Amino acid sequence: MAMPTSGTAVLTTPADEQILITREFDAPRELVFRAYTEPDLVSRWWPGRRGEMKVCEIDLRPGGRWRYAMLAEGGFDVAFHGEYREVVPGERVVFTEIFELPDGTFSEATTNTATFVEAEGRTTLRLLTETSSREVRDMILQSGMEGGVQEGLDILEELAIGLR
Amino acid sequence: MARAATTSDAFNAVAEPRRREIIAVLARGERPVGDLVAALGATQPQVSKHLRVLREVGVVHARDEGRHRLYRLDAGALRPIHDWVKEYERLWTERFELFDDVLDDLKKEEGDGDAD
Repeated sequence: MAMPTSGTAVLTTPADEQILITREFDAPRELVFRAYTEPDLVSRWWPGRRGEMKVCEIDLRPGGRWRYAMLAEGGFDVAFHGEYREVVPGERVVFTEIFELPDGTFSEATTNTATFVEAEGRTTLRLLTETSSREVRDMILQSGMEGGVQEGLDILEELAIGLR
Repeated sequence: MARAATTSDAFNAVAEPRRREIIAVLARGERPVGDLVAALGATQPQVSKHLRVLREVGVVHARDEGRHRLYRLDAGALRPIHDWVKEYERLWTERFELFDDVLDDLKKEEGDGDAD
């Protein structure tokens, strides 16, 4: 814990149907890539501090499938799965992502692109989620486990200044 | 949960573009409906309908002053939505903090392997 924090995840919505999360890490990109793609490592961070990883399957090759499931505090399961479309080790992973709804049905698939760019020993991870529509995007943001909604509204940001 | 129900109502209220325009106008101060009609270029029945929705979730309050009914924004009612805006980002911030710990361990592993 000696290193200063690399900062918070920065979330933006570059287009109506997109979510972009960016974060810089104090590590070379091979390590960031490993932490992002190896099951035992992913299991340590993906649940956040909101539960326990139960399943972490990663078949990292084009056409390979993945599935993450966690038992959230509160006793409910949260699971996602998808398929890898493109894998460039250390650089880029493109994959689909489907949320397994509590009623047993699946959400629409999104296409996600993770890119790893290193500069001076530090690595920037960009996670781009592309959905079919703004409505789907907002649903995803709404489903941030505790029900987060990113309306992406300038007005709310403006108002937020007055809310603090 | 009660919280989810309330906040999704507020979310629905601001999800509509016209209602966001009303919020934007009222953010600058209390206004009679006529000002909103002029600002939005909408009809009074349309504006009234949106105002009703916003009032139902407590985002807008009304008071009568003489012959006028004045509408004002209750920014506090938008607070949960602002919190929501940050929620997904917070989840990822949390994940990345743990990710940092994983990287620290990987760096140590590598350090042990190397002769530096």
